[in-house]
Amino acid sequence: MARYLLRRVAYMVMLLILLSFVVFVIIQLPPGDYLTTYIATLEARRIPITESLLEGLREQYGLDQPLHVQYLKWAGNFLRGDMGDSFSQNRDVVKVISERLALSVTLSISTLILVYLIAVPIGIYSATHPHSFGDYAATVFGFLGLATPNFLLALILMYLAFTYFGWSPGGLFSREYMSAAWSFAKVIDLLKHLPIPLIVIGTAGTAEIIRILRASLLDELSKQYVITARSKGMQEGAILFKYPVRVALNPIISTVGYLLPAIISGETLTAIVLSLPTIGPLLLVALRAQDMYLAGAIVMLLGALILVGNLISDLLLATVDPRIRFGVRAQA
Amino acid sequence: MSTHREDTAAGAQQLDERYFVASSWTLMRRKFLRHRLALVGGVVLTVIYLLAIFADFLAVSGRDQRYPEHLYAPPTRVRVVHEDGLRAPFVYGLQVTRDPVTRAKVFTIDRGQTFPVRLLVPGYEYRLFGLFPARLHLLGVDAPGVLFPFGTDSLGRDMLTRVLHGARISLSIGLVGVALSFLLGCLLGGLSGFFGGPVDMLVQRSIEFLQALPTIPLWMALAAAVPIEWPALRVYFMITVILSVIGWTGLARVVRGKLLQLRTEDYVTAAAIGGSTPMAIILRHLLPGFLSYLIVHLTLAIPYMILGETALSFIGIGLRPPVVSWGVMLQQAQNVRTISLHPWLLIPGLFVVMVVLCFNFVGDGLRDAADPYRR
Repeated sequence: MARYLLRRVAYMVMLLILLSFVVFVIIQLPPGDYLTTYIATLEARRIPITESLLEGLREQYGLDQPLHVQYLKWAGNFLRGDMGDSFSQNRDVVKVISERLALSVTLSISTLILVYLIAVPIGIYSATHPHSFGDYAATVFGFLGLATPNFLLALILMYLAFTYFGWSPGGLFSREYMSAAWSFAKVIDLLKHLPIPLIVIGTAGTAEIIRILRASLLDELSKQYVITARSKGMQEGAILFKYPVRVALNPIISTVGYLLPAIISGETLTAIVLSLPTIGPLLLVALRAQDMYLAGAIVMLLGALILVGNLISDLLLATVDPRIRFGVRAQA
Repeated sequence: MSTHREDTAAGAQQLDERYFVASSWTLMRRKFLRHRLALVGGVVLTVIYLLAIFADFLAVSGRDQRYPEHLYAPPTRVRVVHEDGLRAPFVYGLQVTRDPVTRAKVFTIDRGQTFPVRLLVPGYEYRLFGLFPARLHLLGVDAPGVLFPFGTDSLGRDMLTRVLHGARISLSIGLVGVALSFLLGCLLGGLSGFFGGPVDMLVQRSIEFLQALPTIPLWMALAAAVPIEWPALRVYFMITVILSVIGWTGLARVVRGKLLQLRTEDYVTAAAIGGSTPMAIILRHLLPGFLSYLIVHLTLAIPYMILGETALSFIGIGLRPPVVSWGVMLQQAQNVRTISLHPWLLIPGLFVVMVVLCFNFVGDGLRDAADPYRR
């Protein structure tokens, strides 16, 4: 297990380095460099530009040096926790992001948990009662859930909540709690605002998990060991939870690997529509203003979050399934 | 009694005979036609693509034509019941008044005026298939009357017309994007599966890497880098490139997996011994073996492209006006207040859902049909 862990962590570090290349390319994409954009911003705000200021910036980002030096400077600063300055916010990128990152992570993880809590029972029911009314209902839900874009679902739910319940469901807090310190009342207020974002972000994932679980459980249920157990007179429920469900849950754990990117993607869009104070809207603002250090840092963090999530799911899978930690991976 | 049994036995045998001599494509077609949902999906998709092709003929007004008097006009109801009984389809006149208190525009139906809905009316000029000049439109009403089957938007443009024109962009972007990722996927997946070794390693790791990235933030970052001053066509092309650069991975996996599985088959060895070149082996012997899987995968990849374009355009960094796509149209439906007052602005969204659903149905049907172990 220790060797597996080590190999897996080394692999993740490699992917992180790869990710940083991609992000660096993204930062370089817009025409002109950071400095020209920065000067334009300063000029627009009528802030006097001194030669020493420019010199300092050029030094800090290595703008007069070849690309690979610039990359190393940027990556080195990033590792030291200095992600550059956001000129659209006129603040340190780390500060701008950290305010919102916590909410993003909370929202993603609670969605992930909710998805499993809802999808696993429905998936099991669907597979044990194939072609029943409930199964068809789950299938229809699954198709609709996959076909409806997140932002459209958000719009429709907002519309329904507004016209039929009179809610105005944007944001995560009511106005009076927006900048208030954390208190019990604020938490209650947050809980009131959570359902719509959770439903919106979780629907596609739930649909996907139900589909996968149903298929793999149906596969397991028709295997001979189930028939043997049945012929020995084992209780239906005991058979179900002792063997097939445990085997079928295996791919479910590994789905964290692509559920997490999907949730974070979905969260980005949903947050923009519902104007949640998370990372998504910040990314859009940063991209629109071509505030590339901020945008790059966000993409880097989201990617890193996913890679860590993948690592955790792989480790979970390895503890559940001994075939994996000993490297005898079944050929897919 | 006994003859009857022999008859059915002979019938079954005949059926089996037909089953065994049928080519794999015939079998697939038969299985696909039995899949009802897939069939419905296929028919709906065909209709929608035809709507997009004949958009100009079916539209009731010009693509960018504005009706300044009718901003946010609700959908016009075509009626057949009049006060004095049934009539040929007609619409009532639409009167625009101002609410005396709020000054908001109010549309009221003027039951005194009726305008019959006419078929094949001459209207603005367009080119059918971009070639033949024509003026005929399917539906229309006479001048003071207006016909907005889906209502109008904030600039007083007819939504139905724009949905039809938007279909051209939204539906084609899926096809073009899939074609691009097909090229990439086949090339890289093929290299990976055919050569194996370090090439395989490299391609597989990059696939894993791309699949682990959050697509939408990455799409956003790339799309935002498209210069604003670019012409519409180039932006359109760039967006499809962005969508497919990230979307080719699934296809590459399928191609590689199938190639790895097929290249050890005896008939491939036989062909190699017989002196076929690698290219000939790939095209003549390997490709037919996994073509059906490719088609399934492509069908299932199209809706993701459509969703991607819609999402990017919706948040304003994909396609931009004056281009008309469903995502661009949905930009107008950004906040609750607008939607609750003018819910018809969401109609393009319903089309997106419908198209994506249908592609999924068709894809599922094709997958079942392509699976030789399911009869």
